[in-house]
Amino acid sequence: MCLAVPALVVELLPPDEAIVDLDGVRQRISLALVDGVAVGDHVIVHVGFALQKLDVDEAEATLALLRELAQTDAPTGSAAP
Amino acid sequence: MHRIPNPPLDLAHGRVDMSHGAGGRAMHQLLQQLFLPALGNPWLLQGDDGARLPEANGRLVMATDAHVVSPLFFPGGDIGSLAVHGTLNDVAVMGARPLYLAASFVLEEGLPLADLARIVRSMGDAAKAAGVPVVTGDTKVVERGKADGVFITTTGVGVMTGPLYLGGANAQPGDAVIISGTLGDHGAAILSVREGLALDSPIVSDSAALHGLIADLLAAVPTTRVLRDPTRGGLAATLNEIAHQSGVGMVLDEAALPVRPAVAALCELLGLDPLNLACEGRVVAICPAEEADTAVAALRAHPLGRDAAHIGSVAADARCFVQMRTRLGGQRMVDWLAGDALPRIC
Amino acid sequence: MRYIDAFRDGELARGLATAIARDADPARHYRLMEFCGGHTHAISRFGIADLLPSHIELIHGPGCPVCVLPVGRIDQAIRLALDHGVMLCSYGDTLRVPASDKLSLLRARAQGADVRMVTSPLGALALARQHPDRQVVFLAIGFETTTPPTAVALQQARALGVGNFSVLCNHVLTPAAMQAILTAEGGTRIDGFIGPAHVSTVIGSAAYEPVAREHGKPIVIAGFEPLDVMRAIQMLLQQINTGRAEVDNEFTRAVGPQGNTKARALVDEVFELRDSFEWRGLGTLPHSALRLRPAWAAFDAEQRFAAPYQPVPDHKACECAAIVRGEKRPEQCRIFGTACTPDHPVGSCMVSSEGACAAHYSYGRFRTAPAPHSTDSPHAPHSQPAA
Repeated sequence: MCLAVPALVVELLPPDEAIVDLDGVRQRISLALVDGVAVGDHVIVHVGFALQKLDVDEAEATLALLRELAQTDAPTGSAAP
Repeated sequence: MHRIPNPPLDLAHGRVDMSHGAGGRAMHQLLQQLFLPALGNPWLLQGDDGARLPEANGRLVMATDAHVVSPLFFPGGDIGSLAVHGTLNDVAVMGARPLYLAASFVLEEGLPLADLARIVRSMGDAAKAAGVPVVTGDTKVVERGKADGVFITTTGVGVMTGPLYLGGANAQPGDAVIISGTLGDHGAAILSVREGLALDSPIVSDSAALHGLIADLLAAVPTTRVLRDPTRGGLAATLNEIAHQSGVGMVLDEAALPVRPAVAALCELLGLDPLNLACEGRVVAICPAEEADTAVAALRAHPLGRDAAHIGSVAADARCFVQMRTRLGGQRMVDWLAGDALPRIC
Repeated sequence: MRYIDAFRDGELARGLATAIARDADPARHYRLMEFCGGHTHAISRFGIADLLPSHIELIHGPGCPVCVLPVGRIDQAIRLALDHGVMLCSYGDTLRVPASDKLSLLRARAQGADVRMVTSPLGALALARQHPDRQVVFLAIGFETTTPPTAVALQQARALGVGNFSVLCNHVLTPAAMQAILTAEGGTRIDGFIGPAHVSTVIGSAAYEPVAREHGKPIVIAGFEPLDVMRAIQMLLQQINTGRAEVDNEFTRAVGPQGNTKARALVDEVFELRDSFEWRGLGTLPHSALRLRPAWAAFDAEQRFAAPYQPVPDHKACECAAIVRGEKRPEQCRIFGTACTPDHPVGSCMVSSEGACAAHYSYGRFRTAPAPHSTDSPHAPHSQPAA
């Protein structure tokens, strides 16, 4: 909950920091909570820490599903009478 | 003119000290070598306590503002240029042509003279570019810790240019709400420096003198009802003020609000809303609905109004609420903030 | 801001709204509780309620850590600052919470207490290193999203030997709060939960299964953005309509069954469960909050300083307790919008912008605010004045 935003990792600063970029605004954050972060990954940032990597395939899949559901004649699979 | 000989100020390494405010030789030296070269005009150079000005050809308008911005220097300006622009704009939104400025400085002991010189030069440049001289001024020095570098108060005098009456109480249901450019650039520029956020290209303050832009707008739409510049508190505060003064409500369209992507991103990162961030080079105009397109076109034709937009309309509402249709199609209020925008963390 | 803007698309929202209206059984009234301050804020800020049919009721639950923090805990922090002269570091929202003796942390600062706002626990640690002669205390609040950063700060403090740093720990747990809601009076009237976004990235979706199982209520974890919330609502409706009570995950791009195991391990190293903890609005709950482990006692502000916790009852007229449980809506509180506003908040639901009352006041009160009593016509615009 609370304020957290997904941002793009643009630079790694060993041992455990990185620079993230959100539309040209860069912030220095800690990677102490997430392993295996690489430049080009997206991470969720909260109080100056990366909390989790964003799975961009899942993100695109979710968006595709939302687009499908938003079509007015798509079946919803609902059991409403 | 009788000149009192002075050793040169050490502008590179010197600092303001208590003698610079004492009214004696040190203060005179500061005036001669730092203030006058930057601000110089016939009235200031006379060296009198006040400025004797020509008769005004019309009704006078006066406005004043204290400037306490921190940091003193930021992308797009500094406290000096801000002090000039802010007061010029206050006069201009009254429908007046700004004519003269006065400036008083409270300097903190220890302020580097190099910084002061830079600030005053910036003021001079801004005043010159606007065609409005600083005709009189004052300088005081307070002990270290009693002022944040420098505080500048500017007062502006102008003259009404026509039979216009602009006022916050004039908005009527059905009127169009128009903004002259992107929101929150100044507030975001300050915050990005304070928070130490690096930027691909820095967010630049929109600090600017708007009297030319406003003159163009009023020439195109003389029936403009309200003009105001959304400074502290941002557009949200300004629109709420006007709503209460006029006894009306407003409805904005979120999709129509012009916001730079970097400002939007900074707001997401810090948990803020561009509607609450200060602008220093924007004007809100409220005009009859049928003039909205003309108003926007007039603003966009001017370099300072390229991103002007019709962002909403005035509504009948005894509760004086400013509401907004969100980009999602829902509805929410645009309230003014309780106090400082505390960044939302948890 | 691809992964922000895409999930705020207006056209997709309208399409989803149509789908939700179709899925909603017109004969049912759905009561869905969201559990995340971020969701409270998103729902209000985007006006999501306007896109839903009126028989879907969204209830704001206790997902705002500032709102569930008892007054007595703020008093503790204030005492540390005023009486013990510590440098008290805190997140922004906590500074304005009204506490006892007409104080808040901000007001205590006006009285001379050294209270600093930080945006990260590492900020507090940095201050401790910059001021080795001062005691620096970090007021740690938050659900499971915010706890791992505190754990990192403590580990760094120990590694660097920052002896003047300590933490006043008020970290609390989400599943425990959900249990409390469901066992409280009226709890059974909640039909399902919108599960918190970022808490879930840390604790994982599996953490909610005992709640769903024991109480037979569906829980759908939703991402932070309005389209996430709407999709999660649709998924909840579908479960409710078919009598299912499972944990489901809309926020697959950031939440897995186990969450962030590294973060959880770090938290586990530093913190342990308290036997019980008082929550504002929910009473004293067992195994619902954390404290520092004995091995970390040196960094525990509650042990370093004598500032015992004293429970403090809420103001008589304050309905934060009922609101945080979802029993009452903000506009049903007698003092909402009159004695209690964001300018002068009486209860914590009004202080944090994620609190139900502040969110309703700032974003939504146009729906419920009465017209003014006065019959005077609105102030008429001026005509041109005489020259």
